[in-house]
Amino acid sequence: MSQPDRTPTENADVCVVGAGPAGAIVADRLASAGHEVIVLEAGPRFDPDEREERMETHLRPGDDTPIWGMGGPRDAYTSGGERLYPLNAARVKGVGGSTLHWQGMVMRMHEQDFRVDSELGVAEDWPVDYDDLRPYYAAAEEALAVAGASDNPFAPPREEPHPMPAFPPSYSDSLFAEACEELGIATHSVPNARNSEPTDEASACVGYGTCRPVCPSGAKYDATRHVDSAQEGGARVVDEVPVQRLEHDDSGEKVTAAVYVTPEGKEYRQEADEFVLAAGGVETPRLLLLSESEQYPDGLANGSGAVGRYFMDHLFAGVGGRLDERTRQKHVGFNTTESHQFYDREDDSRGAIKLEFLNYAGPAPADIAMGADSFGDDLLAEIREGYGNHVAMGALVEQFPRAENRITLDRSRTDDHGNPVPEVIWSLDDRTRRTIERANEIQRAVLEELGADIEWVVGPDATGPAYHHMGTTRMGTDPDASVVDADLRTHDLANLSIAGSSVFVTGGAMNPTLTIAALALKAADAIDARL
Amino acid sequence: MRLTRRDALAALSAVGAGGVAGCSAPSAARDDETTTASDANPPELGEDELETLVALAAVLYPSEVENAAEFVEAYVRPRVRDRPEHGRGMVAAIETLDEYAENLEGERYAALDAAAREELLAYMAVDTADPDPDGDDDERVRYYLVNDLLFGLYASPTGASLAGLENPPGYPGGTASYQKGPE
Repeated sequence: MSQPDRTPTENADVCVVGAGPAGAIVADRLASAGHEVIVLEAGPRFDPDEREERMETHLRPGDDTPIWGMGGPRDAYTSGGERLYPLNAARVKGVGGSTLHWQGMVMRMHEQDFRVDSELGVAEDWPVDYDDLRPYYAAAEEALAVAGASDNPFAPPREEPHPMPAFPPSYSDSLFAEACEELGIATHSVPNARNSEPTDEASACVGYGTCRPVCPSGAKYDATRHVDSAQEGGARVVDEVPVQRLEHDDSGEKVTAAVYVTPEGKEYRQEADEFVLAAGGVETPRLLLLSESEQYPDGLANGSGAVGRYFMDHLFAGVGGRLDERTRQKHVGFNTTESHQFYDREDDSRGAIKLEFLNYAGPAPADIAMGADSFGDDLLAEIREGYGNHVAMGALVEQFPRAENRITLDRSRTDDHGNPVPEVIWSLDDRTRRTIERANEIQRAVLEELGADIEWVVGPDATGPAYHHMGTTRMGTDPDASVVDADLRTHDLANLSIAGSSVFVTGGAMNPTLTIAALALKAADAIDARL
Repeated sequence: MRLTRRDALAALSAVGAGGVAGCSAPSAARDDETTTASDANPPELGEDELETLVALAAVLYPSEVENAAEFVEAYVRPRVRDRPEHGRGMVAAIETLDEYAENLEGERYAALDAAAREELLAYMAVDTADPDPDGDDDERVRYYLVNDLLFGLYASPTGASLAGLENPPGYPGGTASYQKGPE
């Protein structure tokens, strides 16, 4: 079989680095506007027909093959902070990016999220507010075919319904709703980037129950949809071509080329009028730092020194237990009820909390069977004992930005192309720990109201990241304190934009992808206007 | 509790063989298609190997399962055919299990009585082994045989329903069941 053409595009208007949701949406918009677009993706194009095998690898113990090929020399990293950061646990390099793995939860951030400094005296305000993003949020919901309902009393104002109806609540949601009502906690539906109805692009969800890390049916949105659309609009998407560095002109005001390497080891320069970095919250700052030059010894677009700094994630908080009744878990792999009642902060004492009511608490029968040391009737008795009455609540908890949490280069180690690997320096501050404790307190109250025997708690010591990499090329109006402006263009280089959660100034506690999509659409508009 | 051909096909969908896209049930005709996998040396699952698997299933499956032999055959044959590499691992693990039986009991695994079959698994430490496709004998038997058969059963709607879950992970059972309360 002949190798695909991985030579550069001549006369490209736009070069996008990264084929995840941010890059794919920017590419799609600009290609449909008639621009010559090329997308350079470090990872491969995965065969959709292999998704069921990936699902088996996920469901069965014993086979340690990474579901989406992450790990190894290409993806080497150092975790150098107080807290271990398992960087490769949920990110994906490949066409579609981490949406191949994600859960698919898509909420708008709240009005307060954009002005926490003004309202609370914490961190910094964004250079845009909710009203600026509101039309882009609506367009992003359309682009991601979001299934949702307008029943959330805590959500920011919206102008029209979601594109698809929300998934109805689960049976266990009804148990939680009763307990929450007793406690004065309002519950509501969850916006999902998952087809509740069939579309031309994909079937309705068929309930495989393995959304994270793989949806075999394609009902869960992933960015291959926008990649396909971009290609139909004339864009070229080239896989397995990791970009090594960006080059700039003599004046230092414009990027001239993205230098990339093919699987055969050939190095090429992709020139373009505009460049868009959309490689995620770790690889985007890393690439800027790797693009150091005589003129920019601290890396490209880093006049502020903020590139790589202010790394944030959402923290998981959870409580689980068992009831003395059936709870009907594990039918689907997504959630259908949440509470955003504790999202907005009253003061600066805590961050945002987003409460989730899980539909997949406890093990499935096959999980128990494959790990059991009994067989036959004894095993069935064990399964009947182990499955069926679990309940659990999760939460995403906000972490405010701190300069010392950062992505930098570990110059003592190199990847498969000889480039220094990223080092993740990450720690939790007291306010974040307090917020996790507050989330646990609410969760414990709900489970106790339900009558559950609480069996586990994930609190400040056991917590881990939600793998939402944010903040490392923050937006702002001040070139001395931020990397990109309100149009996502870098302050330092006139034709370089950044799309993705690395531009977030603060992270709130909402899953970030809808905001990533909204900002990508905003960036695309600005680039289109310049071309 | 009677397992159906649909259960075998459902289990195949969960393990990525047999081809199930969307929510449509796979057609039986697919079983008769020749493999499209390019494999110069496809594994063969003969009657003896199948007998060993059925004998093993008799140990692993609960007594409520009535027709394990038909289920195992419907589940395993397309799996070996469509995933030759996995199939070779299965065939090799069957050989290993039979070798242990012959060395210890002087007979193939399928010829042993029920108690001896279970004792042999315990002797090999398959019951406590961590599944590992590249591991020692006990780990490979656990991975390729025991867990394959257990997954086949308990990832099927009928098998998982024994514990009250009619739409287990890996099975495209739609989005109605999660909304229903217990019966």
